[in-house]
Amino acid sequence: MNAARRPAQILSLTVVYTLLVFFAVITLIPFVWMAASSLKQTADFFTSLFLPGGDGLFGVAWDRLTFVHYHDLFTKMGVGRNLLNSFFLASVTAVLATLSAAMGGYALAKFRFRGREGLTNLVLAALIIPAPLLLAPGYKVLFQLGLLDSFGGLILPALAPAFGVFLFRQTMLNSVPDELLESARLDGASEIRLFTTVVLPLARPMIGAFMLITFLGTWNNFISPQIILQSQELFPLSVAIAQMKTEYSQDYGMMMAGTLISVAPVLTIFLLLQKEFISGLTAGAVKG
Amino acid sequence: MSRQSSTSAWVPWLFLTPFLLTFAVFSIVPLGQAVILAAQQTFGPNTTVFVGFDNFRFLATDPLFWTAVRNTTLYAAGAVFLQLPLSLGLALLLNRPNLRGRMIFRAIFFAPSLVGLVFVAVIFSLIFEKRTGLLNVLLHGLIPAFDVEFPWLQEYVLPALIIAALWMFTGFNMVYFLAALQNVSRDLEDAATVDGAGPWQRFRHVILPAIRPVGAFVVLLALIGSFQLFELPWILLAGPGPENRGLTIVMYLYQIGFVTNDLGYSSAVGWMLAFLLASFAVAHRFFSRKEQY
Repeated sequence: MNAARRPAQILSLTVVYTLLVFFAVITLIPFVWMAASSLKQTADFFTSLFLPGGDGLFGVAWDRLTFVHYHDLFTKMGVGRNLLNSFFLASVTAVLATLSAAMGGYALAKFRFRGREGLTNLVLAALIIPAPLLLAPGYKVLFQLGLLDSFGGLILPALAPAFGVFLFRQTMLNSVPDELLESARLDGASEIRLFTTVVLPLARPMIGAFMLITFLGTWNNFISPQIILQSQELFPLSVAIAQMKTEYSQDYGMMMAGTLISVAPVLTIFLLLQKEFISGLTAGAVKG
Repeated sequence: MSRQSSTSAWVPWLFLTPFLLTFAVFSIVPLGQAVILAAQQTFGPNTTVFVGFDNFRFLATDPLFWTAVRNTTLYAAGAVFLQLPLSLGLALLLNRPNLRGRMIFRAIFFAPSLVGLVFVAVIFSLIFEKRTGLLNVLLHGLIPAFDVEFPWLQEYVLPALIIAALWMFTGFNMVYFLAALQNVSRDLEDAATVDGAGPWQRFRHVILPAIRPVGAFVVLLALIGSFQLFELPWILLAGPGPENRGLTIVMYLYQIGFVTNDLGYSSAVGWMLAFLLASFAVAHRFFSRKEQY
């Protein structure tokens, strides 16, 4: 598209870039602020906005910066344990929930059986149940099952993602041809083998996207672990940082260091897998 | 249709087992429990008294509940009327032809939505600090008349929440708008240009109708998300805030259920929330159906 054919753009390209850079800077400032604050001594919070000023390179007093907050977090606050818990919960939930959703979606999309219509409608209906409604009764169920204060109490309820089943049903309808399944069956492939070697590879983009979204959601989830877990050693980062905020609210540097540790892993994963993330998010909206 | 010729009837049920089992235990049973609990007063999960419709009767005149509804509604209005127009604006900027670095800008704008609400709250609790906070220092630097002691978290709780949410979700919604804009036919736009349509007319008559379904969907998502606001004010204000200015519906549900330990009354609040959200979904369906005619 050459510029001559589209003369009537509202804004010149320069203005567009200026606006975009302006908003990008505003978006990035809180991240920079968090990183800078995590390296500052408590005293310097009252004299400098980002990094403390001095005679060093770029007018920054580099020698006043400190890693003490990170050191304290791991040696005194046991953040290493919280980090491990978050990774464990998020990855186990992501893998199992994706598997459960892919299997369910496959069954609803590619088999004809009595009750299929009813089940599909049930999945659709479940989409509108708001999570907070199930908070109190879900707690009661976990209590009766003896699952309170355990990872099981967090992981098992996450294995029934109606939204995921719905997404996978759509994916399987579009990208898994019946002929392929039929010919594999004629070749004598078992149903489970068929699923793992034919169906799952065809649904790969959705598997990646849904695993990422579930990982992120579990990593950032606060309310469920806050309600279900009692023992400090089981806390994921979200609960640990929230607790730190109430108990050490004046220790700015440590709070920011803890937050950076909590945020950096998901940001890194996102930067590496941006395409999967965004296609997963928009899959339901634009195509569906 | 010979699709099923070689498979047994139990195969689909085998694949559905993990979902159905967990769904039954952790969604259907709690949903039933929610009905029963809403008619009970409880203290913890064990001690219960049947109260019938009293929970809902009490809710109707509970000033705290209505404060929560009011706060949550205002916050949601901020999301729909401030955040979404900005999201659309950014998407239009990014959709500009011949733009370089589109992926980088999109990644930057999207990044805040990856940060969990808890962590956003902790970051912004420092940004909103009175004298040392980033926002007050910057605003004071730009406009000397602006008070560097401006009490965001003491008095201007709702604007503070809306600002934090603006940072977090504008880029998230932008992604939906951008995806929709990229599906708008360039040929149609060009045809409109050739026919003498100006930028505004192209936006109004070509782009807007094409992205309306996604727009309606994004509004619905923003409403559903906003009405479930909890962590942001809860952590930012270390509770409901001064004079309950940061009390939201889900925060009230949480406080009743897990601080006061009345799971019954908490479930009643949950049903009110479910009813509200369901009415948004119905309204959305109604409007998107009407469009087709």
